[in-house]
Amino acid sequence: MFGKKRVAIVGAGLTLFRRRLKETGKELSYEASKMALDAAGMELRDMQSVVLGTAPDAFDGVHMKGEYLADGAGAYRKPYTRVFVGGGTGVFTPLAGWWHVASGQFDSCLVVAEEKMSSCYPHPQYAFTTIFDPILERPLGMNLIWIFALEMHRYMHKHGITKEDIARVSVKNKRNALDHPCAQLGAKITVEDVLNSEIMAWPVQRLDVSPTSDGAAAMVLVSEDVAKEITDNPVWIDGVGWCIDSTLWTNRDLYYPDYVECAARMAYKMAGIKNPPKEIDLAEPYDPFDYKELHHMEGLLLCKKGEAAKLTAEGVTQRDGDLPINPSGGLLGVGNPIAAAGLMKVCEIFWQLRGEAGKRQIPGDPRTGLAQAWGDLMQYGSVIVLRR
Amino acid sequence: MSEVAIVGVGCVGFQPILPELSYKELMYEAAVKAYEDAGVDPRKDVDVFVTCAEDYLEGFSIFDEFVPDQIGAVLRPLFTVSGDGLLGLANAYMLIKTGHFDTVVLEAHSKASDLLTLMDVIAFALDPVLNRPLGGHPYYVAGMEMNRYLHDTCTTVEQCAEVVVKNKRNSCGNPYAAYGANITLDQVLCSAMCFYPLKKLEISMPADGCIVMVLASEKVAEKLTDKPIWVKGVGWCTETPNLETRDWSKAVGTRLAAEMAYKTAKIHNPRKEIDFAEINDLFAYKELQHMEALKLCAYGEAGKLTEEGITARNGELPVNPSGGLLGMGYGLEASGTQKLLEVVLQLRNEAGTRQVSDVEVGLAHAWRGIPTTTGIAAVLSNIKR
Repeated sequence: MFGKKRVAIVGAGLTLFRRRLKETGKELSYEASKMALDAAGMELRDMQSVVLGTAPDAFDGVHMKGEYLADGAGAYRKPYTRVFVGGGTGVFTPLAGWWHVASGQFDSCLVVAEEKMSSCYPHPQYAFTTIFDPILERPLGMNLIWIFALEMHRYMHKHGITKEDIARVSVKNKRNALDHPCAQLGAKITVEDVLNSEIMAWPVQRLDVSPTSDGAAAMVLVSEDVAKEITDNPVWIDGVGWCIDSTLWTNRDLYYPDYVECAARMAYKMAGIKNPPKEIDLAEPYDPFDYKELHHMEGLLLCKKGEAAKLTAEGVTQRDGDLPINPSGGLLGVGNPIAAAGLMKVCEIFWQLRGEAGKRQIPGDPRTGLAQAWGDLMQYGSVIVLRR
Repeated sequence: MSEVAIVGVGCVGFQPILPELSYKELMYEAAVKAYEDAGVDPRKDVDVFVTCAEDYLEGFSIFDEFVPDQIGAVLRPLFTVSGDGLLGLANAYMLIKTGHFDTVVLEAHSKASDLLTLMDVIAFALDPVLNRPLGGHPYYVAGMEMNRYLHDTCTTVEQCAEVVVKNKRNSCGNPYAAYGANITLDQVLCSAMCFYPLKKLEISMPADGCIVMVLASEKVAEKLTDKPIWVKGVGWCTETPNLETRDWSKAVGTRLAAEMAYKTAKIHNPRKEIDFAEINDLFAYKELQHMEALKLCAYGEAGKLTEEGITARNGELPVNPSGGLLGMGYGLEASGTQKLLEVVLQLRNEAGTRQVSDVEVGLAHAWRGIPTTTGIAAVLSNIKR
C-alpha cells in the first residue's frame, strides 16, 4: 500500500426526509452539512474542498443545479465538484470525496447529497420521462415503474420467487424505519398489506415502492493524519467501486445486475475482501423497490444467485440476523430523496460501525459494512466498503 | 506520488453545425482518435472514464446513461462530472494521484446545434426566486459585468475589441476552429450593441465538437509515448452563485483556482514562468479580466498589454493562440478541453501554423459561463520536472 493514502469519515449529518415545502434545496444542504461538521467537531473553514451529489436538474427546474446549490453546500470560495450518476449518485458522492483526499490534493472534503423532488409538478416521475432514448423509447410513454416491473418479473420468473418472498423485504424495512428519526414511511405492516396494496404496474404494487421525498445528507472526510488528531473513532473508506453497463438495457438479461457485481468486485479487491458474506458484517444495498434489495444482495455477492429471498424468509437479514440488511429501514422506510437517500445509507453504516445508531444499533461488534446504490437505466452500480 | 500526463488527444469539430454526426457519433470519432493517438485499447487498458455534461444541454434527465457504448466503457467504471471538461481533468488527475488507477479517459462535447433554445436553457441557471422572474436574456449579466469591469479598471471598449480581432485572426490557421476571420477593430466596434456595452462580435458563438483525452500515470505514460504532456497542477474554485454578493470586477473564482494550480505546480511568478496561456474568452472582456485573475498581469493592465500586442501569437505572452472561443466557437462543457487541446498541441510542437516557438509551460483556463463564478486552471509542461 506504499504511496496510497487512507481516508476517514469523521462526521455525518442527515435531515428529516419529508415533503419539505418550507426549505429550499440550499437550506436542506446547509442543514445536513452543519450537522456533519458539528458531529466531526469541525468548521466550514476546516474544509478544503466540497463535493456535491444531486440527481436530475429537472426536479428543481434549475440548469446547472450544482452551481445553484454551491453556497448552501458550503462551497463559497472553495474547490467544488458536482458528480452525477443517476440513482447511483448518493453512494458515488463519497467516492468522489474519497479521491479528493486519497490523491493528497486535500486533507479534508465535505460531501453533500441533496434532493428536492416535491417542487416537480405534477409529480417527480415526470422528470423521468426524459431519461429514455428519444427515438426508441420515449414515444412509448414509458415510466420507471414500468421498466422496473419488467425487471422484477424477470427476476421472479428466473428464480421461481413469489410476491410473498419479495413483500417480506418491504415489511422488514418499513419496520426497521420506525426506529429512524429521519424516516418518512416507517410502519408496521404485514405481507398481506403489501399484496393487497394498489397495483401500479404488475407485479409492482404501491407498498413495493419507496416514496419520493425531500432531504439532504452530508459527511466529513479527512486524511489519516487529520483523523488521528481529531477523533478516536474514525471509520475508514477501504474500498470503492463503480461500474456502468450499456445504454441498451433492452438487450441484456435483467435477472442479474452484472454492473453491480463489477462495482462490488472492484471495491472488494481494494478492501482485500475475499469472502463477502463472511467478511461483511452489515450492508445497505439500494432498495427503491423491495425486489431490488434481493437483486442487489446477489449482485454484491452477499449470497448466491436466487438465494436472497430464502435468506430474507429465514430472518438472516433482520437487524438481529447473521447478515443485517438495511438496518436503517432503507429507501422503503426512510424515504427516497434520490441522492440524499444513497448517502443516508453510507451514514447508516458509519453510525452502525461507531456504535452510534441508537435504537437501530445491530448487536455484536460490526467492523466492516457496505453501502450500494443503483442508477441510470438499470445500468449503474456504486459501492463503498467502510471499516472501523 | 506519481506524476500525471496527457498521452493522447482526439478532436472532432469544432464547426457551427455538424448535422451529419449525432452526439454519440461525435464522441465515438473523438474517442477513436484519442485511443489511437495514445495507443490504448479502451476495453483493456483504461481504468476509469470521466465524462463532463449537464443534463439541460443534452436534453436528458440523466445523460450519464447515454455515454458508455460509444467510448468503449460498457461494464467499466465511468462517471459524470456536471461541469466543464477542465473540471473533469481535475478529477482524472486526482484519480491517478491516488495510486489506484493508471489510465483515465476524459470526454467532453458540445452538440449546441441540437439546442433550439440555448439561451432559454441558460436562463434556467439563474436563481429561480430572485433573478429569473426579472426576465430578459441571460447575457444581460455579462453586459453588467463588463460595464463594471471597464469602470473599475479604466479598460476601454477598444481594448476589448482588440481581443476579438486577435483571436479571430489566430483561429484562421486552426483546423479545429469554426469562426476564424480577418476583421478590423472598426468592424467589432460597429457590430450591433447587444447587452450594453457588450457587442455582437464580442460574444463567442456556439459550435459542435467533441474532445477526448487519455491521461496516464508516470509509469504508463513513459511506456506509451515519448511526448507526454505533464499536468503540473490543477486548481478550481466556485466563488458564489449569487449575483447580488459576488465581486463583479475581479474573477475571484478564477483567481483562487489559479493560486491553487500555481501552488501545486510550484509557479511563483506566473508572468515569467508561463510561456503561453489559453484563457476563457466567452466574451471578449473576459479574456482581459481572466488574465488579471490568473496573475499574468496586474489588475487593470490586461487591456493595455493586448493593445501593445504582448498577447499576440508572436508577442511576449501569447494568449489564446488557438483563437479562443471567439475563434474556435463556444463548445459548452467542452470549452475547457478546447483550451487544454491547444496547450497539449503547442507543448507537443504539433500546432502547425499556430505554433508558438520555444514553449515549455502552458496554462489552460475555463469558466463555466453565465451565471456562474466557477473558474478552473491547469498548468501543463512538456518537461517532467
